Amino acid sequence: MTKMGEGQGTSSTGSAPPGQLSRQRLLHLYRVMATIRRFEEVACQLLVDGKIPATLHASIGQEAVAAGVCEALEPADLIVTNHRGHGHCIAKGVDLKAMMAELMGKASGTNRGRGGSMHIADPAQGILGANGIVGGGIPIAVGAAYACRARESGQIVVCFFGDGAANEGGCHEAMNLASLWELPILFVCENNQYAEMTPQRVHTRVKDLSVRAGAYDMPGASVDGNDVVAVYAAVEAAVRRARAGGGPMLIECKTFRVRGHFEGDPQRYKTAEEVARWKEKDPLTLLKTSLTGPGGIPAGELEAIQQEIESAVREAVAFAEAAPLPSPDEVLTHVYAGA
Amino acid sequence: MRELKYWQAVNEALFEEMARDDRVCLAGEDVAEPGGPFGASRGLLDKFGPWRVKDTPISEAAIAGLAVGAALAGMRPVVEIMFLDFMCLAMDQVVNQAAKACYMSGGRLQLPITIRTLCGAGRNNGPQHSQSLEAWLCHVPGLKVVWPSTPADAKGLLKSAVRDENPVVVIDSLSLWTSKSPVPEGEFTIPIGKAEVKRPGSDATVVAVGSMVPRALAAAQRLAAEGIQVEVLDLRTLSPLDREAILASVAKTHRLVIAHDAVKPFGFGAEIAAMIAEEALEELDARVKRVAAPYAPVPFSPPLEGAYYPQASQIEAAVKMLLGA
Repeated sequence: MTKMGEGQGTSSTGSAPPGQLSRQRLLHLYRVMATIRRFEEVACQLLVDGKIPATLHASIGQEAVAAGVCEALEPADLIVTNHRGHGHCIAKGVDLKAMMAELMGKASGTNRGRGGSMHIADPAQGILGANGIVGGGIPIAVGAAYACRARESGQIVVCFFGDGAANEGGCHEAMNLASLWELPILFVCENNQYAEMTPQRVHTRVKDLSVRAGAYDMPGASVDGNDVVAVYAAVEAAVRRARAGGGPMLIECKTFRVRGHFEGDPQRYKTAEEVARWKEKDPLTLLKTSLTGPGGIPAGELEAIQQEIESAVREAVAFAEAAPLPSPDEVLTHVYAGA
Repeated sequence: MRELKYWQAVNEALFEEMARDDRVCLAGEDVAEPGGPFGASRGLLDKFGPWRVKDTPISEAAIAGLAVGAALAGMRPVVEIMFLDFMCLAMDQVVNQAAKACYMSGGRLQLPITIRTLCGAGRNNGPQHSQSLEAWLCHVPGLKVVWPSTPADAKGLLKSAVRDENPVVVIDSLSLWTSKSPVPEGEFTIPIGKAEVKRPGSDATVVAVGSMVPRALAAAQRLAAEGIQVEVLDLRTLSPLDREAILASVAKTHRLVIAHDAVKPFGFGAEIAAMIAEEALEELDARVKRVAAPYAPVPFSPPLEGAYYPQASQIEAAVKMLLGA
């Protein structure tokens, strides 16, 4: 069980009670996670092929966090994400075609080619923006939550950030403010074991980042970030609490960044042993096994979903490749609003 | 027309804009219950309530981020960074986030944010409460920077800033805080991006902004007694710079002095001088002269600070030098 201590940073790793999600919703989660996986695998290959002009930060291996968190949200809820945010955006409903076009720097991209992979924004889907500055989104998410509270909009905000961002000063400032004002926000710390190339044991004293919640007098919990049901259960309870005016919460999702900090990172800092250990815990494989286990669905059903994802991603790539590049004479457009 | 002190004009602008649009909110250190560190937000908490007027912790990054996020979620925040020096603590949010969100998103995100801040120059506030860091902000595309020189301008420019769809930094001068002059009542705005000729003249142009404007006017008055007619151009907005107004004045006077409290190297005076060199060198009858602080931190002790900041007498001397007088 996930513990949620009131006013105390707590931590425990565990999974949600079985049967909390219908099979239909589990299949939906599988679809979201497999879409993220395939989208990023294809994008990484497009980078190698020279079709994407700058490096990517892939979230492969972390899909259960994005899917589990966003499953607990309403469409009107808001997210703020980071440089490793493709998965969060997909789970929140970004159009794959527009995001792939943005990765290629096309005029029909989500950001009209002005931002690229690290800056995907889609306000219509409640995606207030990814961010190229580690930790930069945390104070912004708190600002959005303040607006939701001040205007009594009923929305809540999820702020995705990593174990590296947890050590930025703005994180401390923002969490204090959010708790002080009891804002409707969830801080989702995606602990993928590495701050760029530096492992957690080198950059942070505490083992469970959720204990820091206690310093702000808000509840904290650490969950198995590779178990999508555990992530969902923790977030769903926190969302309910925040929506009822209970204030913020910090949820640490322990997961693993399968790829490098950036595509092309030789990853000399990882050991074969840890890679093998986390491979055993691959979130997509875990969900697949549980779905197709005794009394589960036939494997063919997942195959069919996989085929649909394959064609959706292929369609996104075709759209992006055919999309026009921005015209060089538009370099000054959008420096200022309405200009 | 009734007269107001500078801070009262700021207070009036905030009252009017918050009453006009319920998306406008105010947050910063000491702004709500204390009524502002220097009184500018007196009465706002009582009038508009605790969710629209917020005291914050001493957390400049969170204050600036609050503005960015609140704007993204539909509000029109006004936030205070108490001193311009403290902007350094908010720079990621101001430079990497607020200034770029519109461009980075291809115009899909817009940030109607006003950041109010105070320049403490000239009041013996020492090296970390006196700096004129405006050029840093002007160097960042996406930001607008205004700096009023009178109570009326403070009201009109702040109201325009609140209504702008972009992040606008409003710098106020502590040395002007209790200055008093006529301020129009009710609806009154001053366009961002437009300079104003505060005193017309034909012999030389002095470009200034904020608390340098009174010193430029004092110099102009003394020079007039000697028969030298100085035009004082108050930029009002530093970014976007009103290039046309500067060019027009130089085309009339053919001599240019730029005065600012910021250190001379890389100050906004350099940008104006370079602009004239590129676009209107043939208009000049003399070299361009900058009157600015020396390249040192701001000193505390009165005789040192007095020597540090440019005085009206130095503007006077610069004009005379250009005229060979």
